[in-house]
Amino acid sequence: MSDLLAALNALRERLTEVPQADERRLRELKTEILGRKAGALTHILAAVPSLEPKDRKAVGGVANALKRDFETAFAARERELKRASVAAGDLDLTMPGRAGWQGGLHLVTQVVDEICEIFRELGFTRAVGPEAESERNNFYALNFPHDHPALDAQDSFYVGDGVVLRTHTSPVQIRTLEAYPPPIRVVIPGQVYRRDPFDPSHSPVFEQIEGLVVDEGVTFVDLKAALTAFARRFFTSDTTVRFRPSYFPFTEPSAEMDVRCQICKGSGCPTCKQSGWMEILGSGMVHPAVLDNCGVDSERYTGYAFGMGPERIAMNRYGVSDIRLFWEDDVRFLSQFARPHR
Amino acid sequence: MIVSRRWLEALLGRSLVAREVAERLTMTCAAVEAVVPVHQDLGDVLVGQVLETKPHPNADRLTLCLVDAGGVGGPLEVVCGAPNVQAGRKYPFAPVGATLPGGVKLERRKIRGVESNGMLLSARELGLGPDHAGILELDTPAAPGTRFLDAVPVADDQLVLDVPANRPDLLCHKGVAREVAAVLGGTVKLPEIPGGKAVGRSGGPSDRPAVRQSDRGVVDGVEIRLEDPEGCPRYIAAVIRGVRVGKSPEWLAARLAAVGQRAINNVVDATNYVLFELNQPLHAFDLARLRGPAVVIRRAKSNEPITTLDGVARKLTAEMTAICDAERPTIVAGVMGSAESEVSEKTTDLVLECAYFQPTRIRRTRRALGLTSESSYRFERGIDLLGMPDAMRRAIDLIVAVAGGELREAPLDLWPKPEQSRSVFLRPARVSHLLGVEVPRGDIERVLSAIGFVAAPKDERLAVQVPGWRPDVTREADLIEEVARLRGYDVLPDDLRPYRPGTVPDAPALRARSRVRDQLVRAGMLEARTLPLGAPDGPDAVEIRNPLSAEHAHLRARLLPGLVRRVEYNWAGTVRDLRLFEVGTVFKRGKGAPEEWTSVAGVLTGAQRPLHWSAKVPDMDLWDLKYHFELAVQVASPGALVQPLPTGVGWQAVVGEQRVGWAGPLEADAPRWAGALFGFEVRLSEVAPARPAYRPLPATPSVVRDVALVLPGGVTAAAVGEALRRAGGTLLESLEVFDEYRGPKLKGGERGVAWRLTFRDPARTLREAEVDQVIMTALKALEEELDVRRRES
Ligand SMILES: [Zn+2]
Repeated sequence: MSDLLAALNALRERLTEVPQADERRLRELKTEILGRKAGALTHILAAVPSLEPKDRKAVGGVANALKRDFETAFAARERELKRASVAAGDLDLTMPGRAGWQGGLHLVTQVVDEICEIFRELGFTRAVGPEAESERNNFYALNFPHDHPALDAQDSFYVGDGVVLRTHTSPVQIRTLEAYPPPIRVVIPGQVYRRDPFDPSHSPVFEQIEGLVVDEGVTFVDLKAALTAFARRFFTSDTTVRFRPSYFPFTEPSAEMDVRCQICKGSGCPTCKQSGWMEILGSGMVHPAVLDNCGVDSERYTGYAFGMGPERIAMNRYGVSDIRLFWEDDVRFLSQFARPHR
Repeated sequence: MIVSRRWLEALLGRSLVAREVAERLTMTCAAVEAVVPVHQDLGDVLVGQVLETKPHPNADRLTLCLVDAGGVGGPLEVVCGAPNVQAGRKYPFAPVGATLPGGVKLERRKIRGVESNGMLLSARELGLGPDHAGILELDTPAAPGTRFLDAVPVADDQLVLDVPANRPDLLCHKGVAREVAAVLGGTVKLPEIPGGKAVGRSGGPSDRPAVRQSDRGVVDGVEIRLEDPEGCPRYIAAVIRGVRVGKSPEWLAARLAAVGQRAINNVVDATNYVLFELNQPLHAFDLARLRGPAVVIRRAKSNEPITTLDGVARKLTAEMTAICDAERPTIVAGVMGSAESEVSEKTTDLVLECAYFQPTRIRRTRRALGLTSESSYRFERGIDLLGMPDAMRRAIDLIVAVAGGELREAPLDLWPKPEQSRSVFLRPARVSHLLGVEVPRGDIERVLSAIGFVAAPKDERLAVQVPGWRPDVTREADLIEEVARLRGYDVLPDDLRPYRPGTVPDAPALRARSRVRDQLVRAGMLEARTLPLGAPDGPDAVEIRNPLSAEHAHLRARLLPGLVRRVEYNWAGTVRDLRLFEVGTVFKRGKGAPEEWTSVAGVLTGAQRPLHWSAKVPDMDLWDLKYHFELAVQVASPGALVQPLPTGVGWQAVVGEQRVGWAGPLEADAPRWAGALFGFEVRLSEVAPARPAYRPLPATPSVVRDVALVLPGGVTAAAVGEALRRAGGTLLESLEVFDEYRGPKLKGGERGVAWRLTFRDPARTLREAEVDQVIMTALKALEEELDVRRRES
């Protein structure tokens, strides 16, 4: 038994070798002392079970303590060696790092999400509706007169008798008004369709975001306030906006909102066709006929609605000159916007 | 609508600044899209008088002219090549240093040895017409040296007005002038007709004729029968005899040119003038070619033929209104006339039509015929039913002034069911209620009367009489808009006020879309958007009845085919590493409306990671596909199981019996250098995945054991894993496959698979022997159930 204790003491001496060992020597030491077959300490530990019970405890205690000390020393020396190798002078630290693929949302999705988030801050939730829609919801419940030139701007694809691919997200106004009681405060993002062939600024399919607010006492001032707040949050806090008359069958009065061109700041440039302004959205007070069509009392309730095109807004903000780039899915285009940037 | 600034000035009797007009109209009425200067590039041109001419010493065709251009240095010597130059006459003259249209600056130069101190100009050089045969003779009292633009008022601005579909009144200069007057001041008055003899002034036969509540009558020997009062509620006809059809006077041609219209002949030009001045389309036809002579306004017969003015033979339908003579149609009412009834050089007597056609009838007719004209555009939007007699009178005055002829009998005004002007009630309090600011009653009345409404108090309300040119105003809200826009939207405040939260919950469908997008973006995929229109991609594909093109005639039923096309597009750009996904709507044929739902799809090809110098990067393979598929299924269809396809290579996601997702290798038109292409598609469920439950972190150590097994053919890793889990019981915390071996060390059909098993008891430290015991049990079970044994190393 004392032999074993002596051997353990001798082994403990060797702990001092560890901090000086180089990589090769460290491997050898680990094998000599803790190796599974030939390790000196392993042998002693293996002999412990065959000792007298009282010796077993004494020797076992010392042996296990020494094993832990060696393990700690080996680990510490390994870390030291690894650090040293990294600090060595022949590393070229300009070599590129190891990367993973960067995923990212489509630019149009990012802009839609950003717009919806701003409106969420202004108290709006989001609503949706189907893309194949009845003519009634798409046109007539929205107060489009039958056989009226107002329909010309809404040239639609037909997919069934009286069923069109919605030409705007406005039919979701009807669905929302019919399904929920006021107060209503929603934005409605979604894909819409018009029979316009592709060109740099037109696409037969595009994204739209609609907004609808209906409650007692909602006024034109509230419309201006919410949309101005939106513009200042989306663009810059000092953005100038203007409201001017427009025509939509489902709003009265109707207004177009322009913001000062973000590129030329109003002095005129090709992007804003020298006007100094960018058309951002159409809006207006909900036409009483729309409320009546949905069974909402138009004497008691008033409201406002608006609609905007995220593609066009994205094109203005990011300087993308051709709407077709949004459909090409060239990864060299998509990756430009993949990095989180707001 | 092109609006001429000068025409507006003539109507308002005041001068206008085009930019200011554009700005005010945009802010109070309708957007002016552009202001185009016309002939303003002639500012350097002067009126020059030729005092003396003599032949050029070195050239037969050139003349030396002594020109008085008002300069202090006295007359200038100018070389001129025009054959029509004459001493004593005045011509446009450009002095040295003048900038000419096109931006050329005139320099002093020698022409055949003689210095020329300027240039006498032709109409073409001024941009005023095609004539280049000689210099432009000026018939002006202006003194030499007067600015050309002051002597000959051709400088103008065109305002391009974007007229909304509900504002037909803005399709003419009088209507626009009315709006300009309301915001900038002025009174609208029709300008005098140059050389007009005021035929239509009081006492003349063209003064307001009596309305006949009848559907027939005779005017100056021409029988008029209104047989379709539904399609044509009101019809006014006049006969003018003894006209001389010819060229229009300069002023009339210039007016039309200012709005981009070509002069045709004095009669047609006069009717066009009234169109652009008063928004009343008129039609003049040759009385000599009118059988009867009669004008019959009736429904066309089915398949009745007519050759319209554009030379196309067309067939009418019984839904259309035709203007006929005693035998056959001469005009498609409100749309276009026929060549044979048209006014020509030989015409001496004409019938002038001033009609109101029912807007929806016109719209259907022009759509059915695919034929749009200035007239149909206006009738479709609704002209001023009450202003027709004034327009007729104006037209007669004009025609008589520019083409001669006489009106022997007052026009015939057939209006079987005359209408009074409409009144709409307005509650002044409602204006404030809707606009959110106090609007005084006086303001309301002033604003409305400025644009021709007549407001009279009635109880607490205003009874507002709507002028005939505003068919769009039918209810209170319409009047409130008039008040709001003319006061200006910009005067309203824009302060946020408290609001009540809405009752509509945030849409679960959009939350589901966001979840799966975020999940796939985190996995390094780029979101794509593919066109939902394309070729049919399945037997249930929804067909578009009126597609833009044959290749875009169906709605997609799946996203993958579209994504594969985008991969090919990127390959064409020699991009090899692609990871695209899309979340989008797909459709299939349903009962009535198509069925639609949201789908999630992804495609993968190329390197697993971006290229790096430290190691070769392998291409993505089936196992990358399986990982991405499982990521998508976890959030897109919570609870769905991913399992191998019953046949073939790939996986499916199933909920119960229903397959909700698919993943596998894809076929594509791939270049040689492309990697293998994989894809998946899952139906998106709105159900959110279960909220993660917290499990206390382990406080006891684990025991890790690696077990290498030999699996006979047909035994799956899943089956072995299942057996291991069963045998491991609660102590087996996790198990992972970390190696597979196939090769000569094993018998044919066999493979080696190694698992790493982690055991733990949360309550106490496990003993090695316990773990050995569990593994022994597991191995025994594996051998008995699956013929799987431990692999000897
Ligand atoms: Zn600009």
